[in-house]
Amino acid sequence: MTKRLDPKQKLDIEEILTGLENYHPPRKGWTWREAPAEGVDMGPFHYRNMSKPLKNSIGLPASKYFDAIDPQPSCVVTTEIASGRFEDDIRRMRMAAWHGADHLMVIRTTGQSHIDGLLEGTPEGVGGVPITRKQIRASRKACDMIEEEVGRSINFHSYVSGVAGPEVAVLFAEEGINGAHQDPQYNVLYRNVNMYRSFVDAAEAKKVMNGARIFQIDGAHNANATAKAGWLVMPELMVQHGINCAFSAAVGMDKALIGLSTVPPNASPAPKLWYDLPYAVALRDFFSEYKMRAQQNTRYIEADIEEAIRTHTVDTLISMLTSADIQSTITPDEGRNVPWHYNNIRGVQTVKQTWAALDGIKELLSLNYAGPLGEMARDIKIRAVAFLEEIIAIGGYFAAVEQGFFVDSAKYPERNGDGIARSGKGGVAADSIVPRDPDYLAPVCDHFGYNAVPEGVDHACDLIGGCTLCKPEKIVYIDELDPEDNANKRLEATYPYRKGTLVKPEAEWAGDGTILMQFFVPLPEDFAAAYGVEMGKRLGLEDPQVVNIQVMHPAEGCFVEVKGKVAFDVDVRMLKVPEKEVILPEEELRAAVKQVGLTVVAGTVGEDEHSVGLREILDIKHGGIEKYGVKYHYLGTSVPVSKLIDAAIETGAHAILISTIISHNDVHRAQMRKLADLCVERGIRDRMILIAGGTQVNREMAAETGLDATFGRGTKGIHVVNAMVKVLKARGVL
Amino acid sequence: MTEDRIAKFEERRARLEQLSDEELKGRFWELCNQLVEPMVDLARTHTSPSIERSVLLRMGVDSVTSQGVVNRVLEAGLLGKGAGHVVLKVAGKRGLDIPAAAALILEDKAVLQGLFG
Repeated sequence: MTKRLDPKQKLDIEEILTGLENYHPPRKGWTWREAPAEGVDMGPFHYRNMSKPLKNSIGLPASKYFDAIDPQPSCVVTTEIASGRFEDDIRRMRMAAWHGADHLMVIRTTGQSHIDGLLEGTPEGVGGVPITRKQIRASRKACDMIEEEVGRSINFHSYVSGVAGPEVAVLFAEEGINGAHQDPQYNVLYRNVNMYRSFVDAAEAKKVMNGARIFQIDGAHNANATAKAGWLVMPELMVQHGINCAFSAAVGMDKALIGLSTVPPNASPAPKLWYDLPYAVALRDFFSEYKMRAQQNTRYIEADIEEAIRTHTVDTLISMLTSADIQSTITPDEGRNVPWHYNNIRGVQTVKQTWAALDGIKELLSLNYAGPLGEMARDIKIRAVAFLEEIIAIGGYFAAVEQGFFVDSAKYPERNGDGIARSGKGGVAADSIVPRDPDYLAPVCDHFGYNAVPEGVDHACDLIGGCTLCKPEKIVYIDELDPEDNANKRLEATYPYRKGTLVKPEAEWAGDGTILMQFFVPLPEDFAAAYGVEMGKRLGLEDPQVVNIQVMHPAEGCFVEVKGKVAFDVDVRMLKVPEKEVILPEEELRAAVKQVGLTVVAGTVGEDEHSVGLREILDIKHGGIEKYGVKYHYLGTSVPVSKLIDAAIETGAHAILISTIISHNDVHRAQMRKLADLCVERGIRDRMILIAGGTQVNREMAAETGLDATFGRGTKGIHVVNAMVKVLKARGVL
Repeated sequence: MTEDRIAKFEERRARLEQLSDEELKGRFWELCNQLVEPMVDLARTHTSPSIERSVLLRMGVDSVTSQGVVNRVLEAGLLGKGAGHVVLKVAGKRGLDIPAAAALILEDKAVLQGLFG
């Protein structure tokens, strides 16, 4: 059905857009990871909280020391993607999936929740994408290909909120969206959608989601992202979670599909654990029948990426000390810009690294409920119950919203009077609900509430010969409504960067040219910022902006980060990529060295007293050639070339290794040529391997100077042994 | 008012302190369920333009037409019958399939007159 992706090829966006009108998702519903109860063995280790590894993935940087393993946490891992263009979102989804994300959440464009109806086509969004049938169908099709490539199901996720909730839910059910936010309280409090409309719509939306096994996440976490003191609103958070869970279950949603969006509400320098841990414990106790989607803290994210990552590491620790069915990640650059491609990956890596480090932590440590932890958790629970009692005492949920009970930044029962109050008569789409008549009828599946289906009709949709949920071929696909604002136009503009030979760096969109520079400047803060912009301009960047400044000392200077756009294109055809030197396997090298009893003489030539680099190439301590069994005679520094040749002949060495660091007047080249010429003169060139190295030496110089191999910075002993063995093979000695 | 609320909270707290962990959890869910009951009833007995558009979508009507049809049905005071119901009636009366009946309502709002006669 879908084309197989080739890891060596980019996603073909045009190909994904082809035939969309007839594309239907091969599967529907949410998928959890497979985490074997007996654990997972990978490389030299046994893991206790891991799921099955991926077919294709990229491990953490240090994985090269551990047989390249890439352990995958037992929980689903989320990343949120919001470039504003779905054609760029899907490329990022693929990258994120390769790093271990299997819950790809697409943020909606600003203002979509106030649009009373569905959008169609592929217009460009702001801070997210306009969610439309074409956009989600194309994205789901891409996910279907990506999940095959990485070898794990991908959950594609968006939002069923705003004044078009039921329609969006039907769209998601039809198109195989796997997860969605749905919480009428979110509409009421943060989107000012009329409260009655919000709950009436929510019941229908939830029923539809349940029918398509779409996993639901609530919106309670917004309270601690909004309240001034996020760590004080914990009793209210419990109440908000409780209302959405109870309402969802009451309208027929399977509890297995209901998740709480919960965020550790505090962040250091606060003593985070004393707030976040009792809250996490209290929540998991009351909501034991529901799933936990553990989110990371956004409330206290600043422009500094490392600070965000450290907070998120502790957030993940709290998940592991308690539980998480889904561990969500926040892109660490969220405090300064719309997330960039590679920061999605960094967020996923934070979870992957923390989860692996803390694998099996509950077998090693246990929480001490007998101490303050238990008392604090119980205090939160009591306040939450009292909160509910007060709501009921004053006349119920709607009355409580009118009186500003929610998102008040004081710790319940205290009030700061800064809660969000809404009127039942007000808000977007006020006065828009209508009572159902006795003969009200909706001839479709997954409809909630009163429905006068005639007697003798088994399924409501039998009245119309099947609805789109039963017969997908009935779905009406609209391609584009706007001839200018659509993906085809954008794809034409970015074609040279995607399928042509032009290259620009990118952060969000193909060809956007965005780069980031980091540096220290010895200026106080105000001047450092001005300098950052000036420097960016002089480097030729378009629109340079300072995105982060950290004072290292009020007078001594600042760490500065500047973003800007590269104004030029580079044609990939003009890039020279050095041919990769193939290194023979270590065992083969050792065997070859042993077979010929490989011996070398070495020294720094000319008037040159540098010795460190050559010693690192020679000594076993530094992984030098000695480690592979090579015997060496080291003659020291400032050695004449002729003396090295004499020594080589005397000791019967196979090779001469010279180091030449000083490059003034091209003296290094002269020394290298001299070595080759003298060996020819003495008649030993055919049997001697000649190698030179130095900081100003490169691989191309061997041919130019008549040597067998030349090496520059970053060379290790193994490279030198490899070169010698290759020469010996070429000469038929091996 | 504020002192009164705080005093009431202290009373509640004193009472809730007496409950075991299990009882406290039970009380939490009892209150949550009680709280949402009137909201669930409201949803069961009411509909909205978005709900009706979502019904039309499921009946195989495109999003643009659904929007227009629901507006017509609302203007005619028939949303309480269900927009899907209205389209179904028009389809039956005129011998049309569902998408054609929906299109006809957009073309000529007179077709809604006397439909539930």
